[in-house]
Amino acid sequence: MEPSLARYIWTHTKKQQLWILVIVLLSMIPYFMSFDLPKLIVNGPIQGKGFDQPGATQPFMRLHYNLPFIGEVQFFPGFQLDRTTTLFALSLVFLLLVVINGLFKFYINTYKGRLGERMLRRIRFDLVDRVLRFPPRYFKRVKSAEVATMVKDEVEPLGGFIGDAFLQPVLLGGQAVTAMLFIVVQNFWLGMIAAVIVLIQIVLIPRMRRRLIVLGRKRQLTARALSGRVGEIVDGIGAVHVHDTSNYERADIAARLGLIFKIRFDLYQWKFMVKFLNNFLAQITPFLFYMVGGYLVIQGRLDVGQLVAVIGAYKDLPGPMKELIDWDQDRQDVQVKYQQVVEQFTVEGLIAPRIGALTIDDPGPMTNPLSAIGLSMADDGGAMLLDRISLQVKPGETVALVSTSTGGAEALAEAFARLNWPESGRVASGADDLLELPEAVTGRRMSYASSDVFLFQASLRDNLLYGLKHAPLTSVTYEGAAADQHRWNIHEARRSGNPDLDIHSDWIDYASAGATGRHDLFEAVRRVLDAVVLSRDVLDLGLRSSADLTRHTELAGRIVELRAALRTRLEHEGLSELVVPFEPGAYNKEATIGQNLLFGAAAGPELADRALAANPYFASVLRQAGLDRTLYEMGLEIAEQAIELFADLPPDHQFFQQLAFMSAEEIPAYETLLQRLKNRPYETVSENDRAMIVTLSFAYIEPRHRFGLLSDELMNKIVAARNQFYENLPPELENAVERYDPAKYIAAAAVMDNVLFGRLGSNHPDAPDRIRSIVYDILDELGLYAELLDVGLDFNVGAGGRRLTGGQRQKLDVARALLKRPDFLILNRPLLALDQRVQEKVMQNVLEEARRDGRSPAIVWVVTNPAMAMMFDRVVVFDAGRLVEDGTHETLLAAGGIFKELLS
Amino acid sequence: MLLKDEVGMLQRVPLFSGIELAKLKLLAFTSDRVSYSAGQILFRQGDEGDAAYVILSGKADILVDSDSGTIKVAELLPNSIVGEIAILCNSSRTATVRAASPVEALRIRKDHFLRLMKEFPEMTIELVRVLADRLSHTTADLIDARSAK
Repeated sequence: MEPSLARYIWTHTKKQQLWILVIVLLSMIPYFMSFDLPKLIVNGPIQGKGFDQPGATQPFMRLHYNLPFIGEVQFFPGFQLDRTTTLFALSLVFLLLVVINGLFKFYINTYKGRLGERMLRRIRFDLVDRVLRFPPRYFKRVKSAEVATMVKDEVEPLGGFIGDAFLQPVLLGGQAVTAMLFIVVQNFWLGMIAAVIVLIQIVLIPRMRRRLIVLGRKRQLTARALSGRVGEIVDGIGAVHVHDTSNYERADIAARLGLIFKIRFDLYQWKFMVKFLNNFLAQITPFLFYMVGGYLVIQGRLDVGQLVAVIGAYKDLPGPMKELIDWDQDRQDVQVKYQQVVEQFTVEGLIAPRIGALTIDDPGPMTNPLSAIGLSMADDGGAMLLDRISLQVKPGETVALVSTSTGGAEALAEAFARLNWPESGRVASGADDLLELPEAVTGRRMSYASSDVFLFQASLRDNLLYGLKHAPLTSVTYEGAAADQHRWNIHEARRSGNPDLDIHSDWIDYASAGATGRHDLFEAVRRVLDAVVLSRDVLDLGLRSSADLTRHTELAGRIVELRAALRTRLEHEGLSELVVPFEPGAYNKEATIGQNLLFGAAAGPELADRALAANPYFASVLRQAGLDRTLYEMGLEIAEQAIELFADLPPDHQFFQQLAFMSAEEIPAYETLLQRLKNRPYETVSENDRAMIVTLSFAYIEPRHRFGLLSDELMNKIVAARNQFYENLPPELENAVERYDPAKYIAAAAVMDNVLFGRLGSNHPDAPDRIRSIVYDILDELGLYAELLDVGLDFNVGAGGRRLTGGQRQKLDVARALLKRPDFLILNRPLLALDQRVQEKVMQNVLEEARRDGRSPAIVWVVTNPAMAMMFDRVVVFDAGRLVEDGTHETLLAAGGIFKELLS
Repeated sequence: MLLKDEVGMLQRVPLFSGIELAKLKLLAFTSDRVSYSAGQILFRQGDEGDAAYVILSGKADILVDSDSGTIKVAELLPNSIVGEIAILCNSSRTATVRAASPVEALRIRKDHFLRLMKEFPEMTIELVRVLADRLSHTTADLIDARSAK
C-alpha cells in the first residue's frame, strides 16, 4: 500500500481536489461582495449619499470597467432607482448573496464530506481486501479484534481530513501570504519582525509536535492492543471462568487503561503547551509593533499612520496561521494513524490478486494427480513437521494417511489445502504449482475439512451452502426505487474503487452440488446431512424452533392433517393419555392456568409471561368472570405453600429448578408481601400486589404441583373467561396473541408444539422421547420430513457456531466439504469430537456418498485410528515427519512395519 | 393423589421415616409423579441410572437378564424404594423393573436424592441399614445356592 497518505489521497482524488479548489475560489467572489454591500447600504440609501435631492435616482447594477488602453467601457447602463427602492434593491441583493454563500458552503461541505467518505470506503475496502490476501502464517500472530479495530476505528479520522487535505493549505497559505505581503508593503522592517516571528512559529511548533506524534503513535498502539485483549477475553471467557482468572483479567485491563490514560493525559498536556506557545508567539508580534514601532514614532523615524496600518494589517495574519498550524496537526495525526495501519497491512508474500480473481465459469475438473515434491513443512517456531517427503495422489484414489503422534500427516493435509505454505519443496497439481492455481480451481474442485471448524454466525443452511458461493451467478433485475438504489450502489462502489458484485444475486453454484437449481438442491443437502449423521440433529432443531411461514407454507397448510394423524396414531398405539390436546371448549389439565386462560401463544410482550396478570384488559376479563378473587386467593395459597417448602433452602439449591412459580431471589419479596397481605380484605389490596399474587396462580398445573387447588367449577369458569377474553379483544392486543385454533398453525409457537397442539402428560417420564419418534414417523409418512429438515436448517448457529456442539460443527464441516462434489476431498482428522464408533460410521457414509452416481473423487483422509485405514485403496504411514510406509492395507500388514505396530 | 397424601405415603417408607414432615413434603414436591400401566417398564437393566422410584401404589417386578433368560428376583410392593443402587454407585441399572399392575410412583432424581442424603444423615443411615440388610439376605442366598450344589 502507498506509504504516504498525501500521495494516496492525491492519486485517488486529484480531479476532485482541483474541482473543489475551483469551486472554493469561485465562492470567494460572492463572499467578498457580501462584505462590501453593508457599507453601500449604509452610506447610500440609509445615510442618503447621492440622494441629496428628493426624487434623485442612482443607477443600479451598472456594469462599467476601466480597461487599460481602452478607457471606460460601459456594458450596462443600469436601472435608475430612487432612495427607497435602492434600499430595497440593495437589501434584496444582500439576501441573494446570503443565499448564494449558503448554497456554496452547502455544496462545498457536502462535496468534501462525500469525497472523504468515498476515500474512507476505499481505504477500508483496500484493507479488508488485503486481509483476504494475507499469507496464512500472518494469521497466527494477529488478533482478529486488532485487525477489526484498525479497519473500523483507526482509519475513521481520515475521512474527515481528506476533504481538507489540499484545500486548506492552499487557501490558508494564500491568506497568510497576502496578509504578510500587506504588512511588508506598509513597512518593510516591521514586516520583517512579523516574518521572523512567523518563521519561529513555523520551525518551532512542528518540532515540538514531534513528541505529539510519538505519543499519538503510542496511543494508537495501546488502544489497538486493548481491543485485542477485549476480543481475547470474549473468545476465551470459558478459560477465564474455569481457572478463576477474572481478576487477573481485570488487573490486566485496568493496567492497560491506566497506561492509555497516562499517554492521553501526556498528549493533552503537551498539546495545550504547544497551543500556549503558539498563542504566545502570535501575541508577541503586536507587542513588538507597539514597542519598537512606538519607539520609532517617538524618535520620529516612522509616521503614526504607517504604524496603525501595520497593526491593522496584522490582525488578518494570526487567524489563518493558527488554522494552518491546526491543519498541520491534523495532517500529522492522520498521517501517523495511516502509517501505523499501513505498516500492519504491509506483509510480504501477499497472495497475488489473480489467485482470487472472480471466475464465473466452471473451471473444469482437476484431472492431474496431486503431488507433494520434496515437501518440507515447518511450524511457526521453525520445528520441522514434514521433512522432504514426496507423494503422489492419483485422481480417484482413496488414501488413508496414518500418522504417529509426531508423524506430520496433518501438515501434509494442510499443505494440500493451501492452509500452510511449504518451507521448501512444493505441492503440485500435475505440473502446476498448487499455490499458483487460482482459488477458483482449488476452492471448487478440492474440498477440505478438519476438526478445527469455523462457522459463520448465520443459519445452518447458509453455513452448509457457504462452500458453493464462489461467484454471483444470476443478475437480479430491480424495479422502481430498488433499481435506482441499485444503480446508485454500483456508481458509488466504482467511485470508491470497490467491486460492484451484487450480494443479492444467487451465489450458490448448484451445478457443483449436482443440482440444477433451488428446487432440487435440497435432495443433495439431505444426502450429505444423512451421510454425516446430522439429519436427526437438524430435525430436532427444527421441531424446537418456530417455522418461518413465508418459507414453510406446506407445514402450515397441512397442520390439521398432521394433528389428526398424530391423534390417530396415538389412539392406535394406546398412548392417547400421553398428550392432552387443546380443545377450545375444555380445560387442559396439563397446561398452566395462565395457558388455559389465554389459550393462545403470546406473540408480543403485552401478554407474555409476567405481563399477563398486569395487563388491564386481561384483569378486567378476570373481574367480569368472577375469577379475580378466586385466583388471588389461590395465589396466596401457592405463595404460602411455596415459601413453607423453600424458605429454608439456600438460593442455589437445585430443588429450585422444580419451583415454577417464583425464582429463589423472589422468595424474600414474596415472604414480606405475604406478611403484608395476610388478613387484608381483597378490596384494599393494590393492583400491583394483586398482579404479583395472581401471577403465581397462572403457573399452576394441578397434576404436577398437586396442591389440590383446582375444582370443576373453577375450570368451567376459566374456560368461560377464555371465550370472553377473545370476544371483546381490543384492537391493540389483536397482534399480541395467537389463539389456539385446531385448524390453524400458530406462527409464534415451535413446530413441535404446533404438531402436538396440547401438553404432554406430566406423569409419563418417557413421553417426550416417544412422542418425538412418533412425530418423525408421521412427518415422514405425510412427506413433510424435508420441510421439517428445512425448518431446522434455519437455525442460527451463533457466533462461531457455538450454539452447536463440537461434534455437530465438525459434521457440518464435513457435509459442507462433501456437498460441492470435489475432485480431491481432503479430510484432516475431521471428526475428533465424535467417538470412534460414530467416526467410523460417518467415514463409511462419506466414502459412499462421495462416490455416489459413479463419481470417483480422490479422497485423502488423515485417520485418527489406524484401524480406519482398512476402507482405503492405499495407506501411507508417517513417522517423525517422514513418509515411512506406503502401500495397500494388506501389503503393509504383511510387511510388519510401523503400521502393524500402530494397529496392535 | 395430592401432595399431602404422598407425604403420608412417604412417611410409611422406612427409609424416610426419620425425616421431618416439612422436608418430606419438599421431597414429594420436587419429585415427579409418574404412572405406569401393567407391563410398562420403569427402567431397564443396563440403562444409565438417573432416578430412584418410590412405589406409591401397585406392584412391580424386579427382573434380571441371565444366561438362562429373564429371572424375576423380587417383587416391589407399595412404600418400597427401588433404583437407588445405580444412583449411589454411578453405575448402570443392575435389573429391570416392570409394572405388574397399574403403578403410581414418585420419581426422585439422582441429584435431588444425593442432596437429600447429604442433608439428612438419618436418611443415609437408614439407607445403609437397608442396603446392609439386603446384602446379608444376598449372602444367605449365596450360601444356600453354593451348598445346594
